[in-house]
Amino acid sequence: MVDSLSLKPEAAAPAHAPAVKRGRGRPRPPRGSLRSRREAWAAHLFLVPWFLGLFLITIGPIVASLYLSFTDYSLLDEAKWVGLDNYITLFTEDPRFWTSLKVTTIYVVVSVPLQLGFALGLALLLDRGLRGLSFYRSIYYLPSLLGGSVAIAILWRKIFGADGLVNAVLAIFGIQGTSYVNNPDTALGTLILLHVWTFGAPMVIFLAGLRQIPGSYYEAASIDGAGTLQQFKSITLPLLTPIIFFNLVLEVIKSFQSFTQSFIVSNGTGGPTDSTLFYTLYLYTKGFKDYEMGYASALAWVLVVIIAGLTGVNFLASKYWVFYGDSK
Amino acid sequence: MATVSSRNPVLYRRRVSRGAKHLMLIGFGLVMLYPLLWMISSSLKPEELIFREPGLLPSKITFDNYKNGWTALAHPFSYYLWNSAVITALSVVGNLVACSLAAYSFARLNFPLKKLWFALMLGTIMLPFHVVIVPQYIVFSQLDMINTIWPLILPKFLAHDSFFIFLMVQFIRTLPRELDEAASIDGAGYWRTFFRVILPLCMPALATTAIFTFIWTWNDFFSQLLYLNNPDNFTVPVALRTFLDSSGESSWGPMFAMSIIALGPIFGFFLAGQKYLIRGMATTGLK
Repeated sequence: MVDSLSLKPEAAAPAHAPAVKRGRGRPRPPRGSLRSRREAWAAHLFLVPWFLGLFLITIGPIVASLYLSFTDYSLLDEAKWVGLDNYITLFTEDPRFWTSLKVTTIYVVVSVPLQLGFALGLALLLDRGLRGLSFYRSIYYLPSLLGGSVAIAILWRKIFGADGLVNAVLAIFGIQGTSYVNNPDTALGTLILLHVWTFGAPMVIFLAGLRQIPGSYYEAASIDGAGTLQQFKSITLPLLTPIIFFNLVLEVIKSFQSFTQSFIVSNGTGGPTDSTLFYTLYLYTKGFKDYEMGYASALAWVLVVIIAGLTGVNFLASKYWVFYGDSK
Repeated sequence: MATVSSRNPVLYRRRVSRGAKHLMLIGFGLVMLYPLLWMISSSLKPEELIFREPGLLPSKITFDNYKNGWTALAHPFSYYLWNSAVITALSVVGNLVACSLAAYSFARLNFPLKKLWFALMLGTIMLPFHVVIVPQYIVFSQLDMINTIWPLILPKFLAHDSFFIFLMVQFIRTLPRELDEAASIDGAGYWRTFFRVILPLCMPALATTAIFTFIWTWNDFFSQLLYLNNPDNFTVPVALRTFLDSSGESSWGPMFAMSIIALGPIFGFFLAGQKYLIRGMATTGLK
């Protein structure tokens, strides 16, 4: 199970096993034999849809969008090569690009740690044979299934609106609130709350990880006189770091791509005063409202570089805090 | 038992702390679910009461919001539900077929460059969709497929959601190889082995795939907003969004009512398929 959670599943199982054990004792037919050729032929047939997809709707478009990012293209006229112009404009003359980058970065940096903190905390509370575990798990998990939907974004807009739920509750205490979605200082905060609300998904992954830690470790520790806190610090946390890492990488990538929430809560504008202008929303506006397809492609590539960079940093930093056991 | 434990101070303390834990978990769960419950209750209140009552129990119940919301847009809401249902059902079929075929090949068969292809497949899981969306849109618009369901379902039939390939590969790898060998000795070819041996044993992974595809497609807003501009093709999320546009801030009651209806199928699938959702999450970490 821990193997299956690691990011490179393939490397997990066969890589460090002796070569003989490959395929569980089934000798691989020699290369070039009739059998292996038939097998390769069949394998490619099974992969036909995937190959088509890989080239037609993944690799092809990747190459095309790289090319487009160096052009001026509006879907109606021919694409016009403009060299690095899009990128130069983006970095030097486009304040909205910087705004959207800032907004998205704040969103990711604040909401992901909060979300994972809640996920881990609740997973620890729920672990170890608590009665009603599956009931609680379902309740906490439900919001992460609904959180990305338009319906919930609408609800959010209303909860934090001028005459919304939050203010109705505050009114009981005699506090007069304003609209939180129309205030540039708080609008992003409501979206961060929405993201934190969906902590159930990483929580389920944490629970699965906690279950992999052998109970005997805790028994041995408590015989040695380690208290609950000590056990958490010396057993649970180190053994859980690969899963914390996994969740971190995944959530950073995912939340950088958020769209629906900011689109609905700001009704497509990224407002008030661009305070909820997510990067994806800005890209959508440029590409599919203003039909500046070349510019939008440049935006996309900058985002890819950012995400790849962040993921790379995550992997590099993981050497210092992620514990993979003695065997690796 | 109870009297013994209440006299034993250690057990007693443990029971109290466990009770406190449950209280905390239930309290927190209520806070989590309150927005949802409030939406349900609000959808049953007369419009003017929605924002005067933060409580959950409506002082007056009415179904007017549902009646009004159902007919508030250009088409009755059932029209949008049907559009969503068609796209979702076809997406589920596409993902099941294309991803299981690819997964069998990756999990069981040997072929040249397999490692490279497999690594590419994993790479596409992490790929931000932005980098392909502009050219995809251009291609689909040149093929005259904007405002059709093709841009939404074709990628599923081409195994674009590599998440699910990965999920099924992981699952197939846990099945004993002896089954394949037995089938092969009985004269079954690869196709028969896949169809008669592997696929039936893959039911849990297929169920996970089906449920996740359902929920993701039903919820999906970005690509439906992108590709469906004609109100005749609108799906539930896009239709809900026009609510916000056309009625502004006035008709929250009907909007809430239709939102509840939009969330209904997800909730239903969640209840029915919880087991598979949780298991799928735990093995691959998908959402």
